[in-house]
Amino acid sequence: MVALNKFVKAIVFACLVAPLCWLGWQISLELQQPGSALGADPGEAIVHYLGEWSIRILLFAFSITPLRRLLKSRELARTRRMVGLFAFSYVVMHLLAYLFFYLEFDWSGMWVEILERPYITVGMSALACLLLMAVTSTRGWQRRLGRNWRLLHRLIYAAITLALIHLWWLTKDGFEDLVVYTLWFMVLLWFRWRSVSQQLH
Amino acid sequence: MLTRKVPKIRSSEITSESIYLTRRKFVQQGVIAGAGLSFGSHANAGLQSNDDITPERIVTSYNNFYEFGTDKSDPAKNAHQLTTDPWTVNVSGEAKKTGKFAFEDIVAGLDRQERIYRFRCVEAWSMVVPWVGISLKEILQQFEPNGNAKYVEFKTLVRPSEMPGQRGIFSSIDWPYVEGLRMDEAYHPLSIMAVGLFGKELPNQNGAPWRLIVPWKYGFKSVKSIVSIRFTKRQPRNTWNLLAPNEYGFYANVNPAVSHPRWSQASERRLPSSLFNPNRRPTLPFNGYADEVASLYSGMNLAKNF
Ligand code: HEM
Repeated sequence: MVALNKFVKAIVFACLVAPLCWLGWQISLELQQPGSALGADPGEAIVHYLGEWSIRILLFAFSITPLRRLLKSRELARTRRMVGLFAFSYVVMHLLAYLFFYLEFDWSGMWVEILERPYITVGMSALACLLLMAVTSTRGWQRRLGRNWRLLHRLIYAAITLALIHLWWLTKDGFEDLVVYTLWFMVLLWFRWRSVSQQLH
Repeated sequence: MLTRKVPKIRSSEITSESIYLTRRKFVQQGVIAGAGLSFGSHANAGLQSNDDITPERIVTSYNNFYEFGTDKSDPAKNAHQLTTDPWTVNVSGEAKKTGKFAFEDIVAGLDRQERIYRFRCVEAWSMVVPWVGISLKEILQQFEPNGNAKYVEFKTLVRPSEMPGQRGIFSSIDWPYVEGLRMDEAYHPLSIMAVGLFGKELPNQNGAPWRLIVPWKYGFKSVKSIVSIRFTKRQPRNTWNLLAPNEYGFYANVNPAVSHPRWSQASERRLPSSLFNPNRRPTLPFNGYADEVASLYSGMNLAKNF
C-alpha cells in the first residue's frame, strides 16, 4: 500500500510540475530567439498561461474528494494537500508575473490597481483565501485548530468562486473555457451537496 | 545580450521598398503602377525618435479580429479562409451616390500614401505601423454626403462560413461589428482607409481588403474588412459600446487620464516587449496626435465623452 501511495503521489506531482517545465522550455526558446515561442507579448502570454493553470489545478484540488468516492482511492486523497499547495504556488507565480510584466514592480501602482480594478480586487481576495489555507496546511496547524481547521478550509469554496468571478470579469468575449470551468465547479458542488444530503437521511 | 533591440528603420528605407504593391487586380489595371505611393505632409505626423517600427512579423501575427477567434494568434491562423475578391461595399444613408460598389472602383485612381502611425489598443499595448492608406475624406466625398450627414458608420463583413469567430455559440457580440465617426473626425487629414502595410497589400488578418485607421483613437475604432458605409444624422452605436457602455465609449480617444475598468490607460506596452524588458512607456493624450486633433474636441468634457 505504501508503494501505491508513493506511485500515485509521484504521478500527480509530475502532472503538476509538467506545465512549469513546458513554460520553462518556452522561456528558454524565447531567450534564444525573442518572439519565437511566446509571441509579441511574452509577458501577457506568461500571465495568462499561469492564470489558466491556476484555475485548473484549483478545480482539480476541489475534485479530489468526490474522485476519491468515485474511484475508491485513498491514495488520491493523500495528494490533496500537495495539489492545493501547487494551486497556491501557481497563483503566486501568476501574481508575480503580473507584477513584473504589467506593473514593472511599481508598488504604488499596485495599490491603485487593487483598489480600482474590481477583477484584480477579486483575484487578490481569492489569493488571500488560498494564503490562509496554505499557511495552515501543516500537521501542526491542523492539530492546533482542531475542528476549526475543517471550517477554515471551507475557504476553498470562496477561493474558487472568487477566481471564477475574476475570470468572468476579465473575459471580454469567447467564453468557452470559462463555461467549462464554471460547469465543472457546479458539478462538484452538486456532488458535495448530494453526499451531504445523503448523510442527513 | 538577452534583450533585443528592434532595428531602427528609417522611414526612407521603408518607402523605397514599398513602391510595389502586390494586389493582383490593381496591378493588372495599372492603378498602382500609375499612382505609386506619395507622401503627404501627414505621413509621419507626431512620430518620435523612440518610435521604432514594429516588425512586420508581429504586426501580422498579433491581432484582435474576433471574427476569426479571440486569441491574438487566431486571425493569422484562420484569416486565410477569407475571400476578399470580389468585394462589394454597400453605401447608404444621407448621400447622393448610394448603392453597391466594387471595392476596386471606389479606390481606383485615389492617391495611396505611406503613413507611419502609432497604433494604441485599449488593452494597453501599442505598435508603430507603416500603413499604405488612402485619405478617408477623398473616399467619402465620392459619395457626396448631404447636409444631414453628421456621422458615418462602418460595418465589417458577416460571413460565418469563412469567419470561425462568428460561428461560436459563446460569443456575446452581435455581428456585424459596427463602428462610427463624426464627419469632422472622418474628414480629418490623419484619418485613412488602409489598403496595405509594409508596402504590400493588406493581409487578411489585418482587415483586408481595407480597414479604417484613426490613429488618435483606441484600436477598436479601426474597423476591419468593411462592407458597409452609411451616412447618418444620429450618432451610430458601436459594437463595444453596445456590449459594455460603461467601459467603451463612442469617441474612444486615447486618453491616459481616463482609466478603463480593466486597464490603466496611463501607460502602454510597446510591442515587441521581451522577457527582460516589458517596454512600458507613458501613454500620450490623443496617442501623441494632440497638436493635430485636439481642436476637434474643444469645449467637450473628454472624461464624460470617453
Ligand atoms: C485564485 C486566483 C486566480 C486565478 C485562478 C486566476 C486566473 C486567471 C486566468 C485564468 C486568467 C486569464 C487567462 C486568459 O485569459 O487566458 C487570468 C488573467 C489575469 N489575472 Fe488572474 N487569477 C487569479 C488571481 C489573480 C491575482 C491575485 C491577480 C493580480 C493582482 C491576477 C491578475 C490577473 C491579470 C492582470 C490577468 C490578465 C488580464 C488581461 O491581460 O487582460 N489574477 N487570471
